[in-house]
Amino acid sequence: MSRYIARRLLFAALLVAVSSSAALVLTRLAPGDFASGLIGTSGGFEAVARERERLGLDRPIAVQYVEWLRGAVRLDLGTSLLYRRPVTELLGQRLANTAILAVAALLLATLAGLPAGVFTGSRQRGVLPGVVRLLSLVFLSLPPLVTSLVLVLLAARTGWFPLGGMQSSSSEIGGALSWLTDLGHHLVLPALALALPLAATLERLQSQAMADAVSQPFTLAALARGVPRSRVVWRHALRASLTPVVSVYGYVIGGLLSGSLIVEVVTAWPGLGRLMYEAIRARDLYLVAGCAAAGSLFLAAGSLASDLALAWTDPRVGRA
Amino acid sequence: MTGRRGGRDARPTLQRAGAALLALIAVAALAAPVLAPHEPGEVFRDHAFAPPMPPRVVDAEGRWRGPFVYPVRLVNRLEQRYEEDRSRPLPLAFFSRGRLVRLPDESQGPWLPLGGDGSGRDLLTRLLFGARTSLGVAAVAALGAILIGLVLGGVAGYAGGGVDETLMRFSEFVLVMTAVFVVLALRSALPLLRPPATVFLLMSAIFALVGWPWVARAVRGVIASERTRDYSVAALSLGATHTRLLVVHLLPACRRLLAAQAVLLVPAFVLAEATLSYLGLGFPDTTASWGSMLQDASDPNVLLRCPWTLAPAGGIALVTLAVNLFLEAEPRPPR
Repeated sequence: MSRYIARRLLFAALLVAVSSSAALVLTRLAPGDFASGLIGTSGGFEAVARERERLGLDRPIAVQYVEWLRGAVRLDLGTSLLYRRPVTELLGQRLANTAILAVAALLLATLAGLPAGVFTGSRQRGVLPGVVRLLSLVFLSLPPLVTSLVLVLLAARTGWFPLGGMQSSSSEIGGALSWLTDLGHHLVLPALALALPLAATLERLQSQAMADAVSQPFTLAALARGVPRSRVVWRHALRASLTPVVSVYGYVIGGLLSGSLIVEVVTAWPGLGRLMYEAIRARDLYLVAGCAAAGSLFLAAGSLASDLALAWTDPRVGRA
Repeated sequence: MTGRRGGRDARPTLQRAGAALLALIAVAALAAPVLAPHEPGEVFRDHAFAPPMPPRVVDAEGRWRGPFVYPVRLVNRLEQRYEEDRSRPLPLAFFSRGRLVRLPDESQGPWLPLGGDGSGRDLLTRLLFGARTSLGVAAVAALGAILIGLVLGGVAGYAGGGVDETLMRFSEFVLVMTAVFVVLALRSALPLLRPPATVFLLMSAIFALVGWPWVARAVRGVIASERTRDYSVAALSLGATHTRLLVVHLLPACRRLLAAQAVLLVPAFVLAEATLSYLGLGFPDTTASWGSMLQDASDPNVLLRCPWTLAPAGGIALVTLAVNLFLEAEPRPPR
């Protein structure tokens, strides 16, 4: 097991290094840079050149890259041109915000999707399972871009939830509790937008696995011994059917990060995805590289966690 | 599917419904110039964010008549308020001047069945022409991803050993990089303002470069198991070269899988196009695509007053739904 984890850590380190380097080099090679974007066409060529020199963007790409790399090994990812603050400082806050959103969405989706999947998987016929199945087919077809726009429309119509942002300006005053409820209030919309399609995915997977599990001889044997049906389903079959769902969590986390980018842009949630988007638009190459590094780190952590969970549900995995 | 016990199986019906829906969407996209009542670039200056004008058969007095619409009139330009003119029903004409249905008398203003967008262009027309752009990008990208995946997956599965290991590690690497981040970074590294045809090709190429690992991994699995089957060994012992065995005998075994993969990639790429264009990194506003159209909906105030700007989101959902229905009965490749 420890060798396995060591290999995963190595892979994660490689992923972070390659993706951030690629992001830096790509942004540097792209036409236009931060200085030309800042000053635009009105300021004249000389002003752009001066700004470029001041920011050190006029040096050859190799020099710039090596210097960035030298800082990066000491966990110094440079200074954001856009925010004029250290990139690592910006990333910490934004990564935490995205993590809040992602964890909330994951929890919501799991709490709704898994039981629903167990329910539809253990009952083939009936009206209610059919309705749940239909609902999940519909939500499966609504990507986060669509759900977030529709939810913003609903929120604007009803006024139940704030349309965007993470915090009201007044929330600082009332102390920790009001700060927390305010955060939760803002969290509902983006988390729901991310969670709905995800819950549907989990429901479909769990339903299939459950249907397979209840048709296995061991469930029949348990029923024959007189174990109540609900106990057979929710204890025996559930544990045996968890592996497929748990094994997709690694991919799910990647999907969450992708989905949260668009949700963050639509609902103005100050997370990593929106920071990446801003950085790319402004051609802030250090910030782009930093976001890529943070994103890969997030992914690596997520897939490691899902692997450990897999080893827990299916003891055969870790020993292989 | 050992879990399906007895009873009627609902799957073929669902699958047929999905196939029909997909065909319908494809026909709508292909026949856009005939189905759309206007040109996609046609601007009606007095109809920015105009409300939808549904065709009716019962007029305000409750009488039945041929299909007609009520014209809408701008009553307040500042608030963009419109009013339906119920006193003048305008009859619709079918099969006239090369269109399926249109308003012959547009002196009272144009007929915008789904309303107008922010510049006063017909939303339905742009939705239909946008389907061509969005589905076109997705189809070309899916084809590209399948080609790359077929070659790399085929080679990996056939060669085995070190080549297999290297190619699969590489594909795993591409898989775990967050697709949207990669697509954003690649797209922004390329010139932004280009002719629509160039943007079309650029986007397709980027999507194909991100999407191929799914295909490659599935193809590799099939090839690796098929090549140890008796018929492969027989072909080899009869003197077939490795290339011939791979191309003529083994790759056809992936047909069904590839069809499923192609269908599965299309909605993912449609969504990718919409995301990029929505963020302003894809097609410009002048090219109707589902993503560029959704930019109108990015302002909550507009969204609240004009929910019909969400129509392209409906298109995306419809394509995804059709594919999900269609693939219900397919062995779903791992994603």
